[in-house]
Amino acid sequence: MYTLSSKLRLFSIILVVVGAIGLITGFLKAPSTIEEVKEMMAAHDAHGSSHGDAHTSNATHEGAHGTADAHGGDAHYEHVLHQLQNKPWAALYVAAFFFFMIALGVLAFYAIQFAAQAGWSPVLFRVMEAITAYLVPGGIILFVILALSGFHINHLFVWADPEVVAHDKLIQGKTGWLNSVGFIIRAAVFLGGWFLYRHFAVKFSRKQDENPEGNVWYKKSFKIAAGFLVFFIYTESMASWDWIMSFDPHWFSTLFGWYVFASLFVSGITTIALITIYLKSKGYMDFVNNSHIHDLAKFMFGISIFWTYLWFSQFMLIWYSNIPEEVTYFITRIEDYKLPFFGMLVMNFLFPLLVLMNSDYKRVNWFVVMAGIIILCGHYVDIFNMVMPATVGESWFIGLPEISAVLLFLGLFLFIVFNALTKAPLLAKGNPYIEESKHFHY
Amino acid sequence: MASKVIHALYIDDDVLMDAVKKVRSEKYHIEEVYTPFPVHGLDKAMGLPHTRLAITAFLYGCVGLTVAVTMMNYIMIEDWPQNIGGKPSFSYLENLPAFVPIMFELTVFFAAHLMVITFYMRSKLWPFKEAENPDVRTTDDHFLMELDASHHDIDTMTGFLSDTGAVEIKVIDKQADNH
Repeated sequence: MYTLSSKLRLFSIILVVVGAIGLITGFLKAPSTIEEVKEMMAAHDAHGSSHGDAHTSNATHEGAHGTADAHGGDAHYEHVLHQLQNKPWAALYVAAFFFFMIALGVLAFYAIQFAAQAGWSPVLFRVMEAITAYLVPGGIILFVILALSGFHINHLFVWADPEVVAHDKLIQGKTGWLNSVGFIIRAAVFLGGWFLYRHFAVKFSRKQDENPEGNVWYKKSFKIAAGFLVFFIYTESMASWDWIMSFDPHWFSTLFGWYVFASLFVSGITTIALITIYLKSKGYMDFVNNSHIHDLAKFMFGISIFWTYLWFSQFMLIWYSNIPEEVTYFITRIEDYKLPFFGMLVMNFLFPLLVLMNSDYKRVNWFVVMAGIIILCGHYVDIFNMVMPATVGESWFIGLPEISAVLLFLGLFLFIVFNALTKAPLLAKGNPYIEESKHFHY
Repeated sequence: MASKVIHALYIDDDVLMDAVKKVRSEKYHIEEVYTPFPVHGLDKAMGLPHTRLAITAFLYGCVGLTVAVTMMNYIMIEDWPQNIGGKPSFSYLENLPAFVPIMFELTVFFAAHLMVITFYMRSKLWPFKEAENPDVRTTDDHFLMELDASHHDIDTMTGFLSDTGAVEIKVIDKQADNH
């Protein structure tokens, strides 16, 4: 049995407190009037020499508006005001979604292990079950944020603003799907279905330990895993339209669901590897050998390539066809988000490609940990790039609210996951494949 | 000079694996093992060095990538630039997305084909090559272990091998020059 060390508990609580304070400060510091924005920008311009890049991009932006804008000088400041007001909300949203998607990715991975009757992985089941424990609290937090945004308490989703929709033919045509009530009902259905599978999967797994006779519970686990996977791939796809793609309601991509899936899948697998290596280093889980780590690292490598494949498939077609409604998505990202946009490719593709290509490196724990941390950061930036351009535009920065939100949810995630690890023995001893898994070697 | 080898035949891959481990712990030298199908873990049990095929695959992939980049740069940029889809091909970098699929395909093509050819050459396999396996039953359901017996007592060796589960043991005199 794993016991949560007081150090880890204290560490996660400190993360939550520090994150919460930082995030609240971020909300309080957001400007509420145009005058404040002007003051902030004046102060910013005053030390412009040290921020050369930011200054010039601002200047070009103002220039473009000056010539194109028919509605007065304050329009630009109002625009910036809305972006800066959105910034802490968007930071909160990106972090909430990122940690939720880790739990969801692990849930899908867990279900696949059952549906495929995999023999190598049952020694890792308790780690996966513990990570999915974050699904429920993380999902409820995400649901609350989605409800606030869907009903236009904040301005994250432009389609939720009746003012905007009234002047927008394209969004008007999509209101059959993109409306607040439907949005919330769908979110409730998706989350409810996932919670339900998580509840029964863990329950059956524990029952199988108590009573392995005849594998009655194992067979039930297999059946619900197969059913869940069908439900999951449809709902995950629709959730990615609702929760991410609708930030840019004019834009659409038909493989977006897969793309988000690849992101959450690789993040989830990476987290399994990191937590397993951590537990091993603390002397738990002697039954996990380096072949299990090797297999997880192979998945990290493979799904990173798969993610890149989908990213590129999406990018190249849109870049090549150059249709105005589609290509603006990438133009804004390449012009305003050059560093995170290309940096994410390095972190999510080039780095894992080079570090994890060698078979031997996949068994070296510190290599896997290093690659894992870069991959997780890379996928945070990936979500950042999906959400920020439509919510805060050029006013993006990874500053206080962004980092605080990550710390807040990281603390919450660690606390819940490691607490869940103490709830059951670390070896799912009733699983029919547990012996095979213990002796698994590559 | 004639050298002696022993052919020990087995009919089960698990028995074979155990036999290989025992033979190695007795410090006998295994020349080769012939099996009807790849036996997982046999190379490790025999103590064979790790294959370097993966390294060659990486190098071949690098060659393929280089060929693709050089070829397309010459064809599409230097020799005959065309305006395709409003994207004038005056710069390789600006047109990179269009070239990526070809770069990928040629990397895979070179890595795969050259790796297979390397594997054939390294295993001394080519068309019309005569089979090397000493017993045709190794293509069906028997496993054959060939041991060097030149400097050992034949009787203790055969006795030991039959204890490891060999179903048939043959002592063979080999001419040194035809090996």
